[in-house]
Amino acid sequence: MAKYTLSINGEQKTVEADADTPMLWVLRDLLDMKGTKFGCGIAQCGACTVHMNGNAIRSCSVPVSAVGSNRITTIEGLAEKNDHPVQNAWREHDVPQCGYCQAGQIMNAAALLNRNSKPSEEDIETAMHGNLCRCGTYNKIKAAITTAASNM
Amino acid sequence: MLGFNWGFSAEDVKALPADYRFNAFLTIAADGTVTIMSPNPEIGQNVKTSMPMVIAEELDCNWADVKVEQAPLDSENYERQVAGGSQSIRQGWTSLRTVGATARQMLIGAAAAKWGVSASSCSTSEGKVTSGSRTATYGELAQLATDQTVPENVKLKDPKDFKIIGTSRTNVDMESIVTGEPVFGMDFHREGMQHAIVMRPPAFGMKLKSYDDSATRQVTGVTDVVRFGDKIAVLSTNTWAGIKGKKALKAEWEADGTLENTTGHDRQLLSLLDKPNDKPRRNDGDVDKAFSEADEVLEKVYEAPFLPHNCMAPMNFFADVRDDKVELVGPIQTPQWTRSRVATLLNRPETDVTIDMTRMGGGFGRRLYGDFSLEAAEISSKVKKPIKVVFSREDDMAAGTYRPASKYKFRAAVKDGKLTGYHLTGAGIGGERSNFTRQDWFPAGGIENYKVESHGLASNITTGAWRAPITNFLAVAEQSFFSELAELMEVDEVKLRLDILERAKSNPVGKDISYEPEKMIGVIKLAAEKANWSQPEAGVSKGFSCYYSHNTYVAEVADVIMKDGTPTIDKMTVAVDCGIVVNPEAAINQVQGGVVDGIGHALFGDFSFVNGVPQATNFDKYRLIRMKEAPKVEVNFVKSFNDPTGLGEPSLPPAGGALANALAKATGTRVYTIPFVKGQIKIE
Repeated sequence: MAKYTLSINGEQKTVEADADTPMLWVLRDLLDMKGTKFGCGIAQCGACTVHMNGNAIRSCSVPVSAVGSNRITTIEGLAEKNDHPVQNAWREHDVPQCGYCQAGQIMNAAALLNRNSKPSEEDIETAMHGNLCRCGTYNKIKAAITTAASNM
Repeated sequence: MLGFNWGFSAEDVKALPADYRFNAFLTIAADGTVTIMSPNPEIGQNVKTSMPMVIAEELDCNWADVKVEQAPLDSENYERQVAGGSQSIRQGWTSLRTVGATARQMLIGAAAAKWGVSASSCSTSEGKVTSGSRTATYGELAQLATDQTVPENVKLKDPKDFKIIGTSRTNVDMESIVTGEPVFGMDFHREGMQHAIVMRPPAFGMKLKSYDDSATRQVTGVTDVVRFGDKIAVLSTNTWAGIKGKKALKAEWEADGTLENTTGHDRQLLSLLDKPNDKPRRNDGDVDKAFSEADEVLEKVYEAPFLPHNCMAPMNFFADVRDDKVELVGPIQTPQWTRSRVATLLNRPETDVTIDMTRMGGGFGRRLYGDFSLEAAEISSKVKKPIKVVFSREDDMAAGTYRPASKYKFRAAVKDGKLTGYHLTGAGIGGERSNFTRQDWFPAGGIENYKVESHGLASNITTGAWRAPITNFLAVAEQSFFSELAELMEVDEVKLRLDILERAKSNPVGKDISYEPEKMIGVIKLAAEKANWSQPEAGVSKGFSCYYSHNTYVAEVADVIMKDGTPTIDKMTVAVDCGIVVNPEAAINQVQGGVVDGIGHALFGDFSFVNGVPQATNFDKYRLIRMKEAPKVEVNFVKSFNDPTGLGEPSLPPAGGALANALAKATGTRVYTIPFVKGQIKIE
């Protein structure tokens, strides 16, 4: 076990963890931030997507020891007032069914719009390829990302 | 029907000083806030929004004043607290309406008494009662209203006057979902709770011989290791410690039955398709004669594998088994059945067991089975601590209760250009009596000589309901067969279906059929119109399909285009008759999701066994449909004032058939086996 001081949603958090502990479990179990979801554990489903310095990463596959001083952003910290254009577009399009994958979808969509503010349909499909939605809300996710892009 | 309990103790009232309780579903606070308990489990079918909408409609309040809470399991006050069979709205419809209408009548009674006017002079709108120039809010009247005698036989609204039902209302859990609040079972935490990661037999047909947990106990954070039955639970202070602890476990397993193989199942199921069943499910006319006199016979065999459900949230459940009480919390589609099984397992009275339902990260039938709840209860009772069982994805995919593998043989006899005989034989993994057909549904009643038979093949691989059980593959096969038959008969594939339905409608063959041909005709015509069926477009191959299930009628058209020699599903056009649509935008979401699910599993669903071991246990080897493979899905509802029917499942069964029929035209290749990509169909 070692001590790690992490930058999460703009705050410094100190945790004691084994070096190989994935960020996913640091967030969920050690910091009690349950917004980031566990889906597969091998970076295949995208449910655990968070940002590292604004880029989407799969927190299930990034050990705490690799994070260093990089800035981590989770769904809880995406926007101070929970009014990120992507969150608003999700509300507008009533996107979720079960809702379990949606935090990861939102984080990945927000990262896409960070680097490409006017994505084409193909850009969206390529960027979102790593995020599974078992309920099949892909039509609505795509429409919401398009709306969010137009509002950014 | 959902039950009511009008009785409540004075103590309850004291506990809720600002809220006046009308019944188990409904309280109104002095400030006008209407709190509605949503009785049924929420798996993503959106009943936590739509069931309260039905109550609010008849109460005649403002939706903005409504706060929804998930009811716990409470069999005294609610009935059929189940998420299954797409039945929550259909079976709850009248009693949910009555809940709202009864409270409305009591509010009117209170206003009439207060003002000394007749109840008939009072009207309601947007959470207010009005009589002449006088108006009072529901909040002002609530206390007086709960003292009113509960009226019987209250009048329900004319559906034409609905103001909430039929308008889109946002998912009541939207804020929690988009901000990451802990609403799922996986997120549930209790102070002092241990995490339980369980090692289960690696193959169906194996049992635990021995194990060595010495390395596991060295892992930081592991607190205990306990055996229960043929499973071993690693208890830990956090999930990752449990995962590592399980990895360090050394277990030896031994055969306890047959170690089955997919190749063996395939051989046995195919041979069952050739075996007559002396008790056919339905037998109209003389099928043998029709085939012996036929000019042409079409015979095709269709095959589908087992499928895991793969809910996005792996199975999980919390249990705290104490001397005074057994507390269970988590995602479960069948809380009542689970309570009774847990009580039996622990040898406790059912009154000791409580179940709180969390939002579920998907259900699809998997969370009907409660094996994970029983595991949690058993482990907690052994370690005498509150614990939460969490499956890894690998645990989840390997733990069983799969969609059963099945095969069908369809035969059609054609004479003088007419369809004269139809013979379906189904065979699948399951008990001898399991029925892999739906003998009284389409095309029953529409074909003079008609026979349907079914066989089950016993297996130690566990199977169960998977979204649209049986029909999730039966429909794919049937609807592919009818389009191929239309090709052979040189008739339009839509016309062939309509001709059969006209016969079933005007002069049905044989005993009762259990679908309404008229409604099927309605959705077929609507889908054909919306998809421009009669006006072919250059470069677009269209495939048709229709199916009745869960009391709902659906027809679908798939548009497939070829891009650089590869088929791409451009669009699905869907027509649905589900009666009244309660929450339109969410209803569109359900239909789109069902279509994407049907297409995805038809294209990619692949799951097999070697010596009882599942050959895929995570999404690196098990392919699920992703955004770029999902077509645009255009949804059209038949305008209807009929009582609502199912919506969570019915759009799934026809999707694969429409796709198969479009692919046949686009590529020249017919697919008979799921997954389609295993045949000659190549999808990037």
